[in-house]
Amino acid sequence: MKDEFDLSPLQLDALREIGNIGAGNSATALSQIINKKIDMNVPKVAFVPIEAVPDLVGGPDVIVVGIFLRVYGKAPSNILFLMPQKSAFYLVDTLLGKEKGTTQSFDAMDESALKEIGNILSGAYLNAFFNFTHISMLPSIPAMAMDMAGAILNVVLVQLGQMGDKAMVIETEFLSEEEGINGHFFLVPDPGSLGTLVKAVGVE
Amino acid sequence: MAALIKVGMADYKVGRGPSTLISYGLGSCIGVSLYDPQTKIGGLLHIMLPDSTQARASDNPAKFADTGIPLMLNDVIALGASKSRLVAKLAGGAQMFAFANATDIMRVGNRNAEAVKNILRRNGIRVIAEDTGGNYGRTVQIDLDTGVYKVKTIDRGEKDI
Repeated sequence: MKDEFDLSPLQLDALREIGNIGAGNSATALSQIINKKIDMNVPKVAFVPIEAVPDLVGGPDVIVVGIFLRVYGKAPSNILFLMPQKSAFYLVDTLLGKEKGTTQSFDAMDESALKEIGNILSGAYLNAFFNFTHISMLPSIPAMAMDMAGAILNVVLVQLGQMGDKAMVIETEFLSEEEGINGHFFLVPDPGSLGTLVKAVGVE
Repeated sequence: MAALIKVGMADYKVGRGPSTLISYGLGSCIGVSLYDPQTKIGGLLHIMLPDSTQARASDNPAKFADTGIPLMLNDVIALGASKSRLVAKLAGGAQMFAFANATDIMRVGNRNAEAVKNILRRNGIRVIAEDTGGNYGRTVQIDLDTGVYKVKTIDRGEKDI
């Protein structure tokens, strides 16, 4: 059986480019919402051993805020937007017009604001995928948790772990230096979905 | 000197006192410890899934409860632990995100805990302490000098089980 992860350099490039455009859409959306400049790095499309994924965000015991969305459609996937705790506090301050440093824990309003950010980023991101693949990817309502990075990443890794030992992650880092906001955006296709996406792009 | 030995996801380590085995950031995963108080030999296993029936041959056996526990059991016995004296403790098995229509896979924490206890029972190992469930992450460690199993959380403090 051909391994789903066995992609040609051209196919990887195509995924990276779609990820790039998706992340660009998301960064623009975020930048307009908070009215601040947001930089992003070129997305990494990587196949990593499952147990190494928590290290991408600084280690399994780092406290992060995670916004999780399930993606439905022909290429079911998971989306996880992870931010260091401090970044999430700053982001809430910025979104709700509070003085920076005000937010030290989240109330219902703060959580709702962060989930909405997750919604908007995901929508912008998935739009890019739709433009290239014409596969509609519909996000669920977002769920949020603040906890250890390893514990939050468990949610997506377990699903992949059922089928194999590797995860394909399309990952982008967002950064707003003056605001001290940064975050990692992960799109993790379910087993089988990667093949569907690559096929739809039409690159051999 | 007492060593602190790190156990990654889908991995296990065995050792003897005064070493401490630690595994960081468990969500739905479970940290299973085995310990022989007389020889101070023990192990810590970090499993992700209950059973390996859907696994491929190339899969890492330490990822699953049904294949990981026997592996660790063999290793602690090979180190000199007595099977009849071994006791088990476990922690983890949370459901991190509450979804109204949570799929089976999101409730895998519960299934992990059940599978671990079944497999230990089948192997004749007593479970003497457990801290599972909830919706929060845990870092777990077992001190092989004392057998104390420490569970650390972010908002709920830490406790010894």
